[in-house]
Amino acid sequence: MIRTEELLLNVGPQHPSTHGVFRIIVKIDGEVITEATPVMGYLHRGTEKLAEALTYTQIIPYTDRMDYVSAMTSNYVLVHAVETMMQLEIPERAQFLRLVVMELQRVASHLVWWGTYLLDIGAMTPFLYAFRDREKIIEMFNELCGARLTYNYMRVGGVKWDAPAGWIDKVREFIPYMKKTLEEYHNLVSGNEIFLARIKGVGKYDAQAAIDYGLSGANLRSAGVKWDLRKDQPYSIYDRFDFDVPVGVNGDCYDRYVIRMEEIRQSLRILEQAMAEFPTDGDIMGKVPRVIRPPEGEAYVRIESPRGEIGCHIVSRGKAEPYRLKFRRPSFVNLQILPKLLVGETMTNLVTILGSIDIVVGEVDA
Amino acid sequence: MEDFLQKTLGWGNFTIFAISGIVMLLISLGFVTYFIYFERKVIGWMQFRIGPNRTGPFGLLQSVADVAKLLMKEDTIPKKADKELFILAPIITYVPSFMVLAVIPYSETLYFTDLNVGLLYYIALSGISTIGIVLGGWASNNKYALLGGMRSAAQMISYEIPLVISVTGVILISGSLNLRMIAMGQEGWFWNWNIVPQILGFVIFTIAAVAELNRTPFDLPEAESELIAGYHVEYSGFRFAFFMLSEYTYVYAIAALTTVLFLGGWYAPAPFLEFIPGLVWFFVKFAFVVFFLFWIRATLPRMRVDQLMSLGWKWLLPLSLVNLFVTALYMEIFK
Amino acid sequence: MSEVQDKKPEETGKVEVTEEGKATPTEQTVKETIEIQAADPSVQTTSEPSDAPTAEINEDVDAEKAAKVKANREARAARDAARAAKAAEAAGATEGEAADPEQPKAPSPNQPKLDQIVQIIREGIGEQAVVEAYINERDRELPCLIIDKNHWHETALLLRDHPELKLHYLRNVTGTDQETHMEVVYYLINLNHKQDYCIKVKTDRDGGEVPSVTTVWQTANWNEREIYDLLGIIFTGHPDLRRIMMPDDWVGYPLRKDYEPLDPEV
Repeated sequence: MIRTEELLLNVGPQHPSTHGVFRIIVKIDGEVITEATPVMGYLHRGTEKLAEALTYTQIIPYTDRMDYVSAMTSNYVLVHAVETMMQLEIPERAQFLRLVVMELQRVASHLVWWGTYLLDIGAMTPFLYAFRDREKIIEMFNELCGARLTYNYMRVGGVKWDAPAGWIDKVREFIPYMKKTLEEYHNLVSGNEIFLARIKGVGKYDAQAAIDYGLSGANLRSAGVKWDLRKDQPYSIYDRFDFDVPVGVNGDCYDRYVIRMEEIRQSLRILEQAMAEFPTDGDIMGKVPRVIRPPEGEAYVRIESPRGEIGCHIVSRGKAEPYRLKFRRPSFVNLQILPKLLVGETMTNLVTILGSIDIVVGEVDA
Repeated sequence: MEDFLQKTLGWGNFTIFAISGIVMLLISLGFVTYFIYFERKVIGWMQFRIGPNRTGPFGLLQSVADVAKLLMKEDTIPKKADKELFILAPIITYVPSFMVLAVIPYSETLYFTDLNVGLLYYIALSGISTIGIVLGGWASNNKYALLGGMRSAAQMISYEIPLVISVTGVILISGSLNLRMIAMGQEGWFWNWNIVPQILGFVIFTIAAVAELNRTPFDLPEAESELIAGYHVEYSGFRFAFFMLSEYTYVYAIAALTTVLFLGGWYAPAPFLEFIPGLVWFFVKFAFVVFFLFWIRATLPRMRVDQLMSLGWKWLLPLSLVNLFVTALYMEIFK
Repeated sequence: MSEVQDKKPEETGKVEVTEEGKATPTEQTVKETIEIQAADPSVQTTSEPSDAPTAEINEDVDAEKAAKVKANREARAARDAARAAKAAEAAGATEGEAADPEQPKAPSPNQPKLDQIVQIIREGIGEQAVVEAYINERDRELPCLIIDKNHWHETALLLRDHPELKLHYLRNVTGTDQETHMEVVYYLINLNHKQDYCIKVKTDRDGGEVPSVTTVWQTANWNEREIYDLLGIIFTGHPDLRRIMMPDDWVGYPLRKDYEPLDPEV
């Protein structure tokens, strides 16, 4: 009689495909997963605790380090929450600058996702292609705020730096370039039979499950739920622009792939329109009190980050520091569905599914 | 060369054999060194990178530096590993990869053996390397390595069969298992090359060969993004170098074998081009095959285990049987 | 009216509560206020349009969206100019909301929604389930409810399954140490009619327990674990209540206000 037993395999925290220090303990029978338990907290820095001792402006750099692939949107959710509580008016130019950097960030973030996802699938080249184009965005950000990853760009009431001379033109030039390149990417990868065989029908869930697990962003939309906070609960000046929200049908990795690729295009569309209306001059900071003290009370503000709904819940007691600051991190919430998706899949699909959820461990652990 | 090989073995011959064997080893090592260099360069260019360019002129010494680093690196053996097997595994993997080079003819006059079952010898020996890989995976006492080793065993067995059956078509046409004879049967214009009548066999052979080489898109045993490094995850230093070396030696062997079997060996594509020496033609074709391997590595994603299996058993095997059958029928009726 | 101005922002919206609730700020008063709401003809008329909320919402999803944005923008400008006047107006308007046909939206466009959800919970679970209900002006007029923790699990099921609410999406869970008590805040929304609600559940500071809603919304699973990990609130009925961020052998709950760090210098 042959004795078989399940193998307990530690995937991570040091593993090439967990995108950082994320760990999954999987039980495998041969190569088939019978149970998966995610373990996290390796990158927990206690942002929420630290924030309680810092002024609101001082917290902004900490938000950079949560979702470090999309720092601009994390910046924005915090300042937007404070502005909502203080009911501040944001100057037009600052609004546009914010929107432009957020959409550029979305493009950059999805490019990183695209590259790393294909690297997970085993194709090496797209990663470098994606980083070449992301580099252009990073360079623009660097010129704008002097940092490549942790921008610390937004401030309560506006933005820290105005666009330097010629910056807007660079963005204008980037849009058609990126559109063309995106087509090229579709030609290169999106029709590849091996790639399609790897992602079609893998990691499927229906709309009911997606809603139940509180998924957001492309993960929710892939299951056919048309929900994009930029459209459904508009913030900033998104209601002025015309763009589509791509929605999937099957809720599999393929749909998530297509949606993210399409979102790049839609972001470019928004940028195009924003470039046309971009105010030539104006203030970049609104009238903000010297010390930022949101009035007593609380507010939960959420925006659409590249990974989904990122929220900031401020409980203020009228002081310069928040009484309690909670971030709803989309990666953390989206990840919850992972154990459910992994059961019955092979080790290979573990990588495919985890990659398609698109997590940033800095955000999962906060 | 032919007369020389027929002589009875004496001390004199033996020394010459030994020296030529060592020369061949050095050539293959040199080839591997620069194969890696060109792989990195070519893939670098395909990916808008420069590739190695710091060590030596144009980075030519990069691979040399890498090998030197591996040699000087601490050699670690995991505490719980099966020590003897752990040490044995890279040797078992490497030795056959070098031994198969013996049967490859490079030109009409340059060859090392004239074995009448050359092709069989090649395929039989290359199968042994799989044992080394499985052994390495098992002896490491590491779960990832074990998974990698098991994948490797499954993959090798599945692809060895279509590989062999796809070349039987060539054997039927040539009427010989001797690689030199097979090459000589393709003399003349390029439509005499086996690739023309055996195009189906060639396609199957190429796919199966890439799978045998564990290269993208069939690099499942080492699948970096899933199994970290697969079967050699616990190896370091020189033992790791041996695994890499055998992998690249097989690339050399497969590229040479493809050239001999399907691309007309050392013959020029047209008779009037024969003023260029056969060795050059051989090298050109060989380089093309090698480049093709780089190319697909930079292009394709990895397959999944179950897809790999179904491709091997449901497609390649039946197709290779069809190819064999059609070839046999053709040979029976028309020749 | 200066009194209103100085008050907590939450209270500006809940005029009915403040009217009667000042004397004894406990559960009972709220019950009373709700009864009053039901009895008061003026309030009843406010809840009238919400009798057919789905129709209303479906019909002007776009209009509502546009209106909301517009209202927000207008409100922001208006508030900057004359906040005191606004507060006064809001307070005044809510008192006689139905009586004042000039400003059907101005006080709080979400007041009917709040009334409706209170009514649903009151009918479905019982009088004592809703401890307090108010509009959070600071957060875009968000209807907020404080639910008694003993009724929270049934209430959660009701909120999710009630045909008029169908709050199937739990977008955020926050735990707060309010020093006098612990508070768990749930933000719920229905993705079709897009109305969100804030639900709060209060519990004791030491060994406080809140019923887990993981079985109601799967999202709550890790969120509750995180709150347990960082604040020490115990979620009864949670399938797997372990620490999630901190190491398993960590002592203490970092986000509590009385937490002593291992090394206070850091």
